[in-house]
Amino acid sequence: MSPDHLSATFSALADPTRRAILARLASGETSVTELAEPFEMSLPAVTKHLKVLQRAGLITRSREAQWRPCRLEAKPLKRAADWVEQYRRFWEQNLDNLEAYLRKLQQQEKKHGRKKS
Amino acid sequence: MAARNPSSTSVAERSAQHATFVIERSYAFPPAKVFAAWASREAKARWFGGPAKEWTLKVRELDFRIGGRERLVGTWAGGTVSDFDSLYQDIVPDRRIVYSYSMRIDEKRISVSLATVEFAPAGKGTQLTVTEQGAFLDGYDDAGSRERGTRALLDKLDAAIKQN
Repeated sequence: MSPDHLSATFSALADPTRRAILARLASGETSVTELAEPFEMSLPAVTKHLKVLQRAGLITRSREAQWRPCRLEAKPLKRAADWVEQYRRFWEQNLDNLEAYLRKLQQQEKKHGRKKS
Repeated sequence: MAARNPSSTSVAERSAQHATFVIERSYAFPPAKVFAAWASREAKARWFGGPAKEWTLKVRELDFRIGGRERLVGTWAGGTVSDFDSLYQDIVPDRRIVYSYSMRIDEKRISVSLATVEFAPAGKGTQLTVTEQGAFLDGYDDAGSRERGTRALLDKLDAAIKQN
């Protein structure tokens, strides 16, 4: 079976800087300035990464005050996986049913063939 | 579930997550036979639908042609109604079917997807590949009942494997 490809959520995770940001946020919410500290990167560059994470629903940024704390949201990761899993399982079941149906059909055709001759 | 006027919903409450899955199967039947099972309402009704014990059919429509519509509406144990509403985009007889569909749960559109089904000859049989690319909308959450359902099924499977 081919591996799942979760696009927006996991492409957000495909960048090491963004992964590091998420790891830092797992310890608690913090400001953009604090997040930017470990990286040799301008604030706008960090903000760009935050936007990607935000769009993927992995972090939220509140509008309070000037420092706009960022918070980790772990649910979207789980949800995307859950949803895909449900759809996949629906298909696995139906493709099993398809096989059973084709086998039955073949048996019926064989029977019919014998009757004819 | 209360209906929402889109213009009154704040930006923060809307989201779209994208995901793709691929399933491959081998069938000991030629592509024409496998394809035929997808191509008529009568044949598809013999294998395509919700699980017998949990799901009751309400509407089944199939207009198998490019531009044709397919519809599958059913009720789940617990009262939830699912509505699969699909449009055929591409049909190559015995080789390929492409359709786009929306999934509604109790009237709410939870996903819109593109499905590609490919039938490849493999010896005397068929290699079937189903690829689905979906946009999952607005963080649909049915209070975890689906997750519980999935867990319950996985537990049953686990128990069944252990018994063997």
